[in-house]
Parts: sequence; C-alpha cells; structure tokens
Amino acid sequence: MSLIDSLPRVGAPKLPKVDGLIPWIVPLAIVLIWQLACVTGYVPSRVLPAPTDVALAGWKLLLSGELVRNIWVSFWRASIGFVIGGGIGFAFGLANGLSQLSAKLTDTTLQMVRNIPHLALIPLVILWFGIDESAKLFLVALGVFFPIYLNTLHGIRTVDPQLIEMGRIYGMTDGELFRRVIFPGALPSIFVGLRFALGIMWLTLIVAETIAASSGLGYMAMQAREFMLIDVVVLSILIYALLGKLADSASRALERLTLSWHPAFQKK
Amino acid sequence: MQEALRFQSVDAEPIDRADIVVQARQLRRGSEGATRGLSLTIRGLRKSFGDNEVLRGIDLHIPSGQFVAIVGRSGCGKSTLLRLVAGLDAPTAGSIAFGEQPRAQDVRVMFQEPRLLPWARVLSNVEVGLGRERSSADAQARAERALVEVGLGDKRGEWPAVLSGGQKQRVALARALVSQPRVLAFDEPLGALDALTRISMQQLLERVWRDQGFTAILVTHDVAEAVALADRVLVIEDGRIAQDVTIDLPRPRRRGSAELAALEGEILKHLLEGSEDTQ
Repeated sequence: MSLIDSLPRVGAPKLPKVDGLIPWIVPLAIVLIWQLACVTGYVPSRVLPAPTDVALAGWKLLLSGELVRNIWVSFWRASIGFVIGGGIGFAFGLANGLSQLSAKLTDTTLQMVRNIPHLALIPLVILWFGIDESAKLFLVALGVFFPIYLNTLHGIRTVDPQLIEMGRIYGMTDGELFRRVIFPGALPSIFVGLRFALGIMWLTLIVAETIAASSGLGYMAMQAREFMLIDVVVLSILIYALLGKLADSASRALERLTLSWHPAFQKK
Repeated sequence: MQEALRFQSVDAEPIDRADIVVQARQLRRGSEGATRGLSLTIRGLRKSFGDNEVLRGIDLHIPSGQFVAIVGRSGCGKSTLLRLVAGLDAPTAGSIAFGEQPRAQDVRVMFQEPRLLPWARVLSNVEVGLGRERSSADAQARAERALVEVGLGDKRGEWPAVLSGGQKQRVALARALVSQPRVLAFDEPLGALDALTRISMQQLLERVWRDQGFTAILVTHDVAEAVALADRVLVIEDGRIAQDVTIDLPRPRRRGSAELAALEGEILKHLLEGSEDTQ
C-alpha cells in the first residue's frame, strides 16, 4: 500500500523523462534476455539469431538500400489502401448513420460482406488483379473499410439525442448540427475504428505481400525464408512490430489533439 | 461544508462586479421599451400519446412577465405542458397563443440536464444560445455578458467537463438568457442539484427574472421552491389544472417564513389528498 502510494509521487515529479521510458522497459528486457540466451548458446542461432546479428543484417540491408525501398513500398501500399478503404467506410458510416433510407438500402449487404474473412478472398483477388499493386490495395482497403464503417455508424447513432434536440431548439441548421453536435459526438468512436483499422491494415498488407508480391516487407521476409536467412525473417517481424506501434502512436496523438475536451484526455 | 464555501465565493462574484451588472441593467432598460415578457393564452389544450391522454383540456392565461410555477405528481403532464408551450411537441387539440408572434429566440427552454456540448468551451456553449444571430459581430460580447450575469465570467475558456453540476446549469442558464428571451420555460432545472446549490440557483433565477422581465414558467416537483419563487402556483392533476394559487408575498422572500410554510402546506395537503383518492 505505502509502496504503491509512494511510487508515482517520488518518481514522477523528480524525473519526468523516466515516465516516458517505462513502457519500453519490457521490450528492452526481452531483447536483453534474448541476447543473453543466444550468447550463452542456450538458444542455437539457427533457431533464433541474436539481436546483434539481426541488427547487423538490418545494417547490411540498409546500406544496400533494399530495406528502405521495401519499407517505403509497404508504407505506400498501406497508406493508399487505408485512404481508399477508410474513406469509403467513413462515407458509408456517415450516410447510414444520418439517413434511414441509406441504412436500409446498404447495411444488410455490407453486413453480409463483412462476414467473409477478407483474406479468404486472396485466390479470387489474384485471379482478378494478378499480383499487381491493385490486388494489395484492394485487400487493404477491404480490411480497413469495416472497422471504420462500423465505428463511424455506431458513433453517429449514439450521439446524445438530448444534445441534438438542444441544437434544434437553438435553431441550428442541418449542416451546423452535423458540424457542431453530431460529428464531434461521433469522433471518439471513429477513433476506436481508426485504431482497429490501422492494425488490420498491416495484417492484411503483410499477408498479401507474403503470398503475391515482388517488393515490400512481406516479400522481403518470404525471400529470406527461401534462402534460410533467419536473421532477415526476424528483422522483418521486428519492423512490423515497430511500424504497428508507430501507427498506433500517430492515431493516439491525433486523438489527444482533437479530443482535448474529453475528460479522459485532460492533463491535470 | 467545502461545497458551500466554494459556491459562496463563486456566487459573491456578481456582487463584486456590481458595476457590470448595473451597466447591463441600464442597457436592457434602454432597449426594452415597454415590458419584455410575452403574455400567453392557452385554450382547450389536449395532448395524447397513443391511447394515453396526458393533458385533458388546459385553459390558462399568463400575463406578461409573470413567474408561474407548475407542480404536480410525476406523470401528471406538467412537463408535457411545458414542452407544448416551448414548441417542442405539437398539441393534439387546442391552442397556445402568445401576446405577439414570437421569434425563434424569444422562447427558450432550460432542462433538468445542462445539455452543454462537451467539446465546446463554455463561451462557445453560451454562443449557441444566440441562434441565428450566432455569426453577428457582437455575438462573443453578448455571450460574455450573459456569463458574467450568472457569475461565471472567469470560466469562459474552460471545458464543461471541469465544471461542477451547479456551474454547468448556470452555463445552461446563460445560454438560455443570451438571446434575451421573452418567455423562459424551466423543466425542473434544479432537480439534479444538491440542496445548497439549489438555493443559490433559485436566487439567481429570481434575480435574472427581475432584471430581464421575461415571462417565466417553472416546472418543479418541489412545492417549497414553487412558493418561494413564483407569483402563482398551478397544481396539475390528471391532466387538468386542479388548483391555481396566487402567491402575493413581497420579494425577496425569506426562506422558511411562516407565510411560505403555510402556503406550501396547503398545496402539499391538496396534492396528498389527491393521491389518496386514486389509491
């Protein structure tokens, strides 16, 4: 009890920078133990190469320009697919949240499509698009569509009706009502969808690249497997982890920026 | 105790800024000309929800600037009556006529919940009350004046989430007042507040009503509140006006005085008798 009480009070004000490092203690500890296990020979290097070997492989790929090129290609695909799928999902979410007719017309169809695992479409997508860019963009867009759609819809439907009534009483036009009441009210839910979508975006892209691609991170990992370059395989996996964390941090920063009114985001 | 102290210091503010209040009063006198409140005549008003007839013929005249309190047991139709007066619902039969054709910003409602936009600063929330005049050049100045009037001039830049329940309700009052309405309908606006905050809010309501001269219609389940604030108390039972009591006592009224207690007792007795009849 007294220990728990004293920790934040003693630690936080004196060393504010330490606070930001706490989340990294666990990943760093894992890397350290991993390194130790490899150096002592407890884990053979053909099962799992040491972190230093992985770093070295990364360095080599960085020098050859291959790493940057592959990351860039994957990043580009992820972004374009995200913008397309997210944009369409957001538009449908708005339309179906605001209009009963639109919801009746499209929601059932969308719910049916949603229940198809989008990765199950890979064979069909390859037949349609070949292993072209459009195949990967299609899969990413499809994966991103549903979390954004569902959460936008949910956000708009759950805006406090008392606030909407208040807006109408005070003479807001439909446009104003949307801008000042409905959209801000739906925003927290839209952000939940955004964060889900970012996770699905990477998942879909990497799987698509693993199966059918001639560039990108997934392709790099597959190539490495063919040539038994286990250090590059591990490197790819670590990069996925970092990219995922990066996307999550970006959406959190955006959340803090736009939801500063929300009690959960207010700094004391 | 702490609550009481905090709220007293907030409440003391308008007195500190007496000059501003006086100034605002003069401004209003200049613009009002005759009395500001609208009179209200209701004839044969009925409202049903499906088979359930909530209001069964209300006839009522409220002179301009009167403070009317409507009391009654829950489900008696008092809130429905208020919603009809405020134009939030349409009556099934009968009519509601104002002394003059009111503009949209002439009739305002204050609800039990503050209904503030959590994502807008306090000042923007008050500006919402200007309705169509929101984009006019003096919108911000008017919103600030309304905030000062309810004693929250220093909270203009805060998020609603950091305010106490009483402060939120004051912001809602400022929002209702900012368009200088001529009829103000209160739907149990103090129902969710603690006893001390309630009393200070009652005093605030009385003060702004005396300053601005609007016609006030207060729905409440608290008979003591009704007799302390109103010129006239209407008791509604089974969708009809069962009692119409004029409270002819000088203001400011002393809380807990014998006259108020006697009136309160009389109305309560009537209400309780009514409930025994139905049992």
